[in-house]
Amino acid sequence: MTDKLLSIKNLSVQYKTDLETVCAVNNITFSLKKGETFGLVGETGAGKTTTALTIMRLLPAETGRITEGSIEFTGKSMLDLTEPEMRSIRGEQIAMIFQDPMTSLNPVMSVGDQIAEAMELHNKDNKTKEQIQARVDEVLLLVGIPSSRKFEFPHQFSGGMKQRVVIAMALACEPVLLIADEPTTALDVTIQAQVISMIRNLRDTLGTAMIMITHDLGIVAQTCDNVAVMYAGELVEVGTATDIYTSKDHHPYTTGLFGSIPNLRSKARRLTPITGLMPDPTKLPPGCTFAPRCPKKMDVCEAEHPCAWRNGTHLISCHLFAGQENWRKEEA
Amino acid sequence: MSQVSVDAAVPVIVFKKESRWKEVWRRLKKDRLAMFGLAVISTMIILALLADFIVSYEAALKMNLRLKLAPPSAAHWFGCDGYGRDLFARCLHGARVSLTVGFATSIATLIAGSLLGAMVGYIGGKLDDIVMRALDIFSAIPSTLFAMAVVAAMGSGIVNICIAISLTNIPGFVRIVRSSVLNIAEQEYIEASRAGGTSTLRILLKHVLPNSVGTLIVQTTANVASMILTAATLSFLGLGINPPQPEWGALVSEGKEFLRTAPHLILFPGVMICVASFSMSVLGDGLRDALDPRLRT
Amino acid sequence: MECPANTCSLLETRHLKKYFKVKDGLLHAVDDVNITIPHKRTLGVVGESGCGKSTLGRTIIRLLDATGGQVLFNGEDILKYGRRKMKAMRRKMQIIFQDPYSSINPRMSVAEIIAEFMIVHNTCSSRTAAFQRAAELMDTVGLARRYANVYPHELDGGRRQRIGIARALSLDPQFIVCDEPVSALDVSIQAQILNLLMDIQEDRGLTYMFITHDLSVVKHISDEIVVMYLGQCVEQATSDELFENPMHPYTKALLSAIPEPDISMRTKEIKIIKGEITSPINPQPGCRFAARCEYAMEICRQKTPPLLLQPHVVQKEASEEKHFVACHLYGNGQNQVL
Repeated sequence: MTDKLLSIKNLSVQYKTDLETVCAVNNITFSLKKGETFGLVGETGAGKTTTALTIMRLLPAETGRITEGSIEFTGKSMLDLTEPEMRSIRGEQIAMIFQDPMTSLNPVMSVGDQIAEAMELHNKDNKTKEQIQARVDEVLLLVGIPSSRKFEFPHQFSGGMKQRVVIAMALACEPVLLIADEPTTALDVTIQAQVISMIRNLRDTLGTAMIMITHDLGIVAQTCDNVAVMYAGELVEVGTATDIYTSKDHHPYTTGLFGSIPNLRSKARRLTPITGLMPDPTKLPPGCTFAPRCPKKMDVCEAEHPCAWRNGTHLISCHLFAGQENWRKEEA
Repeated sequence: MSQVSVDAAVPVIVFKKESRWKEVWRRLKKDRLAMFGLAVISTMIILALLADFIVSYEAALKMNLRLKLAPPSAAHWFGCDGYGRDLFARCLHGARVSLTVGFATSIATLIAGSLLGAMVGYIGGKLDDIVMRALDIFSAIPSTLFAMAVVAAMGSGIVNICIAISLTNIPGFVRIVRSSVLNIAEQEYIEASRAGGTSTLRILLKHVLPNSVGTLIVQTTANVASMILTAATLSFLGLGINPPQPEWGALVSEGKEFLRTAPHLILFPGVMICVASFSMSVLGDGLRDALDPRLRT
Repeated sequence: MECPANTCSLLETRHLKKYFKVKDGLLHAVDDVNITIPHKRTLGVVGESGCGKSTLGRTIIRLLDATGGQVLFNGEDILKYGRRKMKAMRRKMQIIFQDPYSSINPRMSVAEIIAEFMIVHNTCSSRTAAFQRAAELMDTVGLARRYANVYPHELDGGRRQRIGIARALSLDPQFIVCDEPVSALDVSIQAQILNLLMDIQEDRGLTYMFITHDLSVVKHISDEIVVMYLGQCVEQATSDELFENPMHPYTKALLSAIPEPDISMRTKEIKIIKGEITSPINPQPGCRFAARCEYAMEICRQKTPPLLLQPHVVQKEASEEKHFVACHLYGNGQNQVL
């Protein structure tokens, strides 16, 4: 149990306004070990960003609500921590990279200052200014930016370079966990390759654990050890990368996702998309949330919400696996 | 029109073009403050229109020195001014002038300003440079001075006042419309319309201006409010309306000498000005929200 | 498709150029591009941001004015058309935009948006008829008719993109420029829209120019692909040929950079192109990719490589299977300049 860096159990998050309640995250459970890269895959509206914000306790104060569940980081419960305690964790032990590098950086502060800021705020070892600057240089070099550029401003960098700066800021305090929310979606494919390669190297050298949030199954295949597929706020499938990419058994949504991606290798002309749209999070259907779009829907699917079924490291929440050989019901 | 009935096998479609205004009205009704503003300004307009039937114009001019500075009473609801004239009658007839000036100048500014601003913002280039520099020169002149100059040159009277005030307001309006149009012109749906062969005029009228309508409405109603004030200022300064014709600003001006002894002389016309301005402002806000389909609930 | 050489193409560009005047000089957004799109086929134009593909699309349909060159539609140079002729031309060529949020007017209902062009061009006998056609188009693109009076902001990205497609179809065009039509959409919606575009193409015999940065998408929908870099075509081949046999170093790097959903590929060597894209302003002579190319030779920095036909493909029977590359590494092919 104690080798788990981050452990999330039965977490549910809602956004509550006067008009409606959005069930953004519904009863998710997963965990991360030190140095592990965990991929959280899903489309827009699945709840991935909400999950990330919840771990960082950055949900909007008036509307975001954790309705149940626990988050444990290095064995300690995060939900009990006060805001000052959270602030000492954010940036130092858990760092986050957001999707759009254009808006993640302050346009009126030099890049070096922004990196130094994080370190100055968390200055536990009381580093001197020179030591901090040395570390800024070090971390810029780590992400492939010459340290002479630390006096420049964000607008003088291209998109890919900006994202590297953001990564440098995130890594400056040597966090044990890095949450990357679609870090390469806004980047060109060749720049994306550079950034992914860099992230992989950094992870290998620094041993940082990472939650990689993305909709791109290709990136997940290249970077992640374990993967969870998220749909309408739930984890419909969880497993190692091998389980997700090579096993024959999948949640129908996962199969649908793979089928929707134009494959470089196959010669097929027509894609097999999933019909319909993700359900409205204010009006989730009873039973399985994927049932309305599922090609393998059975009667029980609309009536009863599926529980999780386990086969070794592979977990799938689907009635199709009830009673199948090798699959055991997962106790909540 | 636009009621379309498709053959029975396929669902009927009704293209509700005309009931869009009904929808706007329905949404406006929900905004209580805006409806209050609408009610108040409508009442004022109706009273102003019917002024002759309520109280004769002569009553506004009739002097009665025995009633000089009389406070409000049953016979004279707003009291009497320095010449013993009934203040209520003067306020009521003054409403005519003030509201007319306010609305007329606003509408003139709206039409001239939006057409000019849309053209300049959309077409850009040299036209933009020339017009904007001309307007810059124009707006360097203090508006009150300018109004005074116009009145001095053309003589006083409602029409000339309206012209003067409109002219001073058009540059600001053009600037606002132009900036809104510049924003919209960058949107891809404008490009899409050009790709479809739509003429510049149609783009301006059907795509650009409707999307700036929010800005236009708010600015116009705010303008009504401020032009009522400007007219009042001009009258206060002794320009514009010729005495003894009543106008709210002129009334305030007349009353200022008696601030200590007979405050009701400033109070009533002053309150009229405030209430009229306020009502137009909240109505404008409500209209802008009601017209935006994105705020549809 | 048997047909004699020059009557086969619906659209052809010859030495098409689009330059922008910027503060520091002249930005070569599209530089001497020569492409040919046969009837009822799809040409994929692929490249990363800044390569000029969107500018190319917009220049071809004259949303932007070309700086030089020709655009031949059915053999006639449309860049020389006056206003009236161009307006008539617009009925034959249309565009679908990338962003489903900014490409439709938020103040018009779905039906009004789709009917707009028909009203402008008077293609229907009355407004009622135009709206009737709009309803039919909604059926074609898979938009439920109950959305006719709805406003765009009430719909999701996928549905909005369908509105854009219906609008592009409303004048019954022959040629449609699809400018990254699925890039802003979710993966599962992308697949739906791609299928829709392919179905419509088959039903109506449309010709597409499909612009995208996503190589896997372009492979599915295109017959032929052009790879662009900094305003120039660096490689051109049929879809299958390009993926089986990429020749230009940039194309190779591009293909290699795509993360594949296959964990056995995890340890593969990604050809990381070093450095960043060079500036398209006042470009120097020589290959524009030279600064980042691992195979760059002296000649690459001096002489711009021409787009040349590669001989190895000719053993395939149809003369359409041509593979062109602009790279000094392959300078000695049959010197058939495109």
